[in-house]
Formats: sequence, C-alpha cells, structure tokens
Amino acid sequence: MASTLPPKPTPEHSTATAGGMAEVGHARPRGLMRWLLTTNHKEIGSLYLIFSLSMFFIGGIFALVVRAELFQPGLQLVQPEFFNQMTTMHGLIMVFGAIMPAFVGLANWMVPLQIGAPDMALPRLNNFSFWLLPVAFALLLSTLLMPGGGPNFGWTFYAPLSTTYAPPSTTFFILSLHIAGISSILGAINIIATILNLRAPGMRMMDMPLFVWTWLITAFLLIAVMPVLAGVITMMLMDINFGTSFFNAAGGGDPVLFQHLFWFFGHPEVYIMILPAFGIVSAIIPTFSRKRLFGYASMVYATAAIAILSFLVWAHHMFVVGLPLVAELFFMYTTMLIAVPTGVKVFNWVATMFRGSISFEPPMLFALAFVVQFTVGGFSGLMLAISPADFQYHDTYFVVAHFHYVLVPGALFAILAGAYYWLPKWTGHYPHLRLSQWHFWLSVIGVNLTFFPMHFSGLAGMPRRIPDYALQFADFNVASSLGAFLFGASQLLFVLVIIKCVRGGEKAPAKAWEGAEDLEWSVPSPAPLHTFETPPDFHPHRH
Amino acid sequence: MSRQEQQARGREGVRRTVSRTLVVLAGMFAFAFALVPLYDVFCEVTGLNGKTSNSAQMLVHEEVDTSRMVTVQFITRASAGLPWELDVQTRQVRVHPGQSNEVFFTFRNRGGDASQARAVPSVSPSEASVHLRKLSCFCFQEQRLEGGERLEAPLVFQLTRDLPADIKTVTLVYTLYPVQPAQAAVSPRRPRKEGDSA
Ligand code: HEM
Ligand SMILES: [Cu+2]
Repeated sequence: MASTLPPKPTPEHSTATAGGMAEVGHARPRGLMRWLLTTNHKEIGSLYLIFSLSMFFIGGIFALVVRAELFQPGLQLVQPEFFNQMTTMHGLIMVFGAIMPAFVGLANWMVPLQIGAPDMALPRLNNFSFWLLPVAFALLLSTLLMPGGGPNFGWTFYAPLSTTYAPPSTTFFILSLHIAGISSILGAINIIATILNLRAPGMRMMDMPLFVWTWLITAFLLIAVMPVLAGVITMMLMDINFGTSFFNAAGGGDPVLFQHLFWFFGHPEVYIMILPAFGIVSAIIPTFSRKRLFGYASMVYATAAIAILSFLVWAHHMFVVGLPLVAELFFMYTTMLIAVPTGVKVFNWVATMFRGSISFEPPMLFALAFVVQFTVGGFSGLMLAISPADFQYHDTYFVVAHFHYVLVPGALFAILAGAYYWLPKWTGHYPHLRLSQWHFWLSVIGVNLTFFPMHFSGLAGMPRRIPDYALQFADFNVASSLGAFLFGASQLLFVLVIIKCVRGGEKAPAKAWEGAEDLEWSVPSPAPLHTFETPPDFHPHRH
Repeated sequence: MSRQEQQARGREGVRRTVSRTLVVLAGMFAFAFALVPLYDVFCEVTGLNGKTSNSAQMLVHEEVDTSRMVTVQFITRASAGLPWELDVQTRQVRVHPGQSNEVFFTFRNRGGDASQARAVPSVSPSEASVHLRKLSCFCFQEQRLEGGERLEAPLVFQLTRDLPADIKTVTLVYTLYPVQPAQAAVSPRRPRKEGDSA
C-alpha cells in the first residue's frame, strides 16, 4: 500500500480561468455588499464555513479557560461564577455555532454539486438563513458583558437554574437561540427542497451520494425538533417574564417536564450533529480505498433507522430523575437498540476498506481516525445506556468523555476530513501535504490526551461542571489540560493550511482524487461560480 | 421534456415541499405545547412523579383493612428566600388502609411583612400517589400570612385499600414556595375540579 505519496493528479486539468469571480454579463456588487447580498450556494457555503471556523476558535478559547482553571485543584484563575459561564458558552457555541453551521456550509457547497443542481432551491432564503447566524451569536456573546454575566446554567439550560435562578441576561440568550433556531429551520427547508426537486434528470433517490442522503434525513430531524426547542425556550421566556409556571413547582409546574421537553429535542439534536459526518466519511473511505461503498442500501436504511429511533431514547439523559422502573427499562433497551444501526455503519466502512487499495491522504487519515474514535465514543455510550450503571456515571466526567469522543474526534474530525477532501474543489489547489499531516497527528494526540483520561476521572467520581476538585483527580486533569492546549494550538495549523491552499499550492484537476466518482468531480477545480446550469448527464454508476 | 418545462416542474415541486414542511413545523411547535397538558394527564393517570390531586376528593367508603398497617411519614421544607416555617404535629403515623386520618401542620411567617406561599406536595413511592386521597388539604390553595402570624391547618387523608401490598411506607413531602400574587393568577395549571367518585 502506497502511504505517504502525494495525491496523484489525474490528467484532465481544469481551465485556469474557470474559477473565481470573473463574471461576464450583469455587474455584481463588489466588496462587502457582494457577501451581504450573495445568493450563490458556493459563496454562502464559504460564509457558513468561515463563520463556523471563527466560532470554533471562540468556543475553543472558552474551553481553554476551563482547562486552565482545571489544570490544578483549587481556584486559581477564575471565579466559579465565570467558570460556569465559560462551560455554558463553550457548549452552546460549539453545538449551535461551530458544528451545526459547518455541516450546513458543507451542504450548501456540496449538495447542489453532488446532485447536479445549479444552486439551492431557495437562494434568497439561503442568504437570509446565513445572516441570521452572526446576529444570533453576536447577541449571545454580548450577554457576557451584561450585568450579572452570561448564561451560567450549562448548555442544557435546565430549569429552574435557567428560569428562577437565572441571570438577567437570560432573555437575550433565549432570543439568540430563537434566531439561531430559525436559521437552522430555514436551512433545513432549503436543503429538503433542493434534494427532493432539483436532482439531475435520471438520478433516483437511491442513486444519491450518502452525504446527500444523510443530510436529507438530518434536515427532517431539524424540521421535527427545532420547533420543540423553540417551544421550550418560549415557555422559559414566559416563566421568566410573564409569571407562568410551566417549570415552576410553586405554581403547579414541573422542572422535570423541562428535561423531558429539552431531551426530546436534545437527543435527535446529537444525531443532527453526527449523521452528516457519516455521509462525509462514507464518501471519503470508498474514494481512498478505490472501491465502491460496501452496503449502500443498508447505509441508507441504517441512517433512517437511527433517525427514527432517536425519538425514542431521550430519557437516557434522565435516568436519575426518578423514572419508574418500566421507563428505566424502556429507555435502556431503546438506547441499546440504536447501537445496532450504528454498528452496521462501522461494519460497512471497515468492509469497504477490506481488500481495497488504500492510500492515506489527509482526508483519509481524518476519516479513519473518525471511525476508530467515534467507535470509542459509541462504546462509552453503551456503558451509559446501562441504566443502573448510569446512576454512578451520570454527571461525571465519564459523560463528558463520552460526548466529546463522539463530537470532537467524531463529528469535528469528519468536518475536517470533508474540508481536506473538498478543498481542491473549492480552491483549485491541494492542501499542503506536510502541514496537513502535522495537523492530523497533533490533533489526534491532543484530542486523545484531553479526553481519554476523562473516562478515568469520571469513573473515579469526578463531577462535571465544577471549577475545583479533590486531589486524587489531579493527574488526570493535568493530562487533559495539556492535551487541550496541544489540540487548540494545532488547530492554528489548519488555518495556515487553508490560507496557503487558497493562495496557491499544487494545482488540482477536476477529478482531484483518483477514486472519487461523484458528480462534483466532473466540474473544474476550483468550481466556477455557476455550475450545472444545464443539468448534467447522470449515469447511475455504482450503487 | 424541454428545459423550461423541467424548470417549471421543479419550481412547482419546491413550492409543494416548502408548504408541507411549514405545516410540519407549525405542528411540531404546537406539539411542544401540547406535551405540557399531556404530560400532566400522563402523570395523573399513571401516578408517576408522585403528584397528588390538587382538589378535595371524597372519602371512599370501604371497610378499614385492619390486617395491615402502613407508615406515613411527613417531611416539610421551606424554600430558600421565604421567611416561613412549616411544621407538622407528628413526623410519622401508622394507619390502616381505608381509614381516614387527620394531621395538623403549622405555618409561621417569621418575616416582618405579609407574604404568600403555597405548599406543594410530593408522594414517594410515586405508585402510592393514586391511592392517596386528600379530603382536605392546606395545599389546595395559597396561604397568606401577616408578618409574625401563625396558622394551623389540617390535612385529612385516606389511603385506599387497593394500595399495593408491597408498599409499607409512604412519604409525603411538602415544600413551601413563595407565590407572587400575579403568578397565581396566570398559572397555566389551575387546580382541576375532580370528580368525586372513586
Ligand atoms: C451508540 C450510540 C450512543 C449511545 C448508546 C449513547 C448514550 C448516551 C447516554 C446514555 C447518555 C447520558 C449519560 C448521562 O448523562 O448520564 C449520553 C449523553 C450524551 N451523548 Fe450519547 N450516546 C450515543 C451516541 C452519541 C452520539 C453519536 C452523540 C453526538 C454526536 C452523542 C452525544 C451525547 C451528548 C452531547 C451527551 C451529553 C449531554 C449532556 O448531558 O450534556 N451520543 N449518551
Ligand atoms: Cu441521547
């Protein structure tokens, strides 16, 4: 197996003039207005990705504040009040500001290209959904400067912490979440409308690339649960400002109801953050194994099964609220059931590589790391699914280790893999190989050094969301903090890779990777602003 | 099919998709709010969550089951920020299922100003809550006490005979919560009138 060879360009080169902004015909607004008013799916996709990257760094800085405080037992750097705001804002920003917009950005760029559509179905709506995001997050970040500070009740904002005992800025937090939610909903409508109506003639549903499939299902999940989130925060708003008692025991309400409503949204939400990642990995692994994806149809059905099951497991986050025995059992079994379609996927990726002619370009490195590390997160999820065991694990660092394994070396690595995979299509250049490899290896080391010890501190009983801890957890926390700073610093390499890649580098042909088969590789690299204005000839080739 | 035709078909399809998703969106938003009463009904029917009825119920006339005794414990708490005390005359009583019992609670406002509060009950184990009938309870309404005032109020209850045999102890927790006058008025859950049949 050839391993560290530079990617092999294939002969057909794109024309040098095809890319970029050279536009004939009507005059397009320039400068800032061009970006404010753009309705082009590629430009909007880039905006989403750049926004998400900036949020990733802001959320990352908050995480580093947390890790710096936890480097040693005792309070040294920040006050507990501020520590709580940092954990909360870190979670909110990473979930709603970094991971979700990154996937929407990738969908914007790649879904039309992969189905042979000229643009998204509703281009102006697309512009609007993007520009809601900077508004929402500027508002959210501004709460940190308000009297009483920003949200400090955890990213899950359990009532009554987020109602009766919340800081005054909570109304702004609710507003910003509403705006971000509307943005997601509009994005989802657009993606569904595009996929269902604008496929190239001849492309049936079961011919669609898996990234398109997973995004279609994700968009349905968004449509189903974002309104529930909107409902919950509206109830909070009413409890805070209008004297209702949805979650207030004194007025006849129930704080446990909050948790039920939140997790009815929250569990599908975690799948919203992982299904598109499955799609990306399902594109990359076949390309660099030079084989078709093993079990295409079972991948589609597994994705659908995960989406449906994700509505039936929410109370696994609430095993300790005092559920009756039947409910404990029900949610334990449904949660374990969800591991079956997930296992099918992992099996299919491994089977795709089996006897493949594998090469290890940067996208493949990240995709492989995804498979391994996501599986680690799946296993700790299964441990947490055992309800009696969860009585001990709940609210410890073990849970933190679990969801960071599925989200950072899981979802985030898939996004990075996607970025490395499609950068040649976006910029016309291959990302710098050596730098990419450094980025990969430092990230893998950093991420595991950060999150693996958390399994142990969690099993030993270290509670989450606390700024101080008992001495026996000190060693684990030193490792986690060092890992976090290493991981954070190595992401600067990623920025460097992108800047270099936009500026120049080895030229990429239309079909930038030898084994890549989907429609996006039939347009020149970099992809011109307008593609597929006449629908392409689509020949179902593999599934 | 010509390109125009194709585009028109596509546009028609987009319109249909959008209107359908909008319907689903509205439905799910309404569903979130519908879950609030549904959750209440669910808890009430199943007795999960240890919620008891918010209004007086009639005694079920049945023979007292002298063959077994159940311990009923009372725990009282005042929530933070409220200068009240809630005490109970006795921490624990032993009763027969079917028998009706009376226990007195004492409210005391230690603060200087008049204020309002409500005692919210919770029953554990929660399976017992449907078998606990309250004929009269201070918890059905808010209490208003002047500064320094003291009030004795009874709880009259019955444990019905169909209480599962494995339940030997029932614990009733009363937590006092402050009530702002406005809050009581617009509460989404007003005490329901309940039928008096068993
Ligand atoms: C095999 C599949 C999985 C199983 C069995 C599973 C199971 C669980 C369980 C039981 C909990 C609750 C633990 C507790 O709070 O005590 C949990 C928490 C969590 N899981 Fe998973 N999980 C799985 C996959 C995922 C995936 C794919 C994601 C996201 C990409 C995810 C994200 C989360 C998050 C964010 C939390 C914690 C939320 C919080 O309390 O802040 N999980 N998981
Ligand atoms: Cu979950």
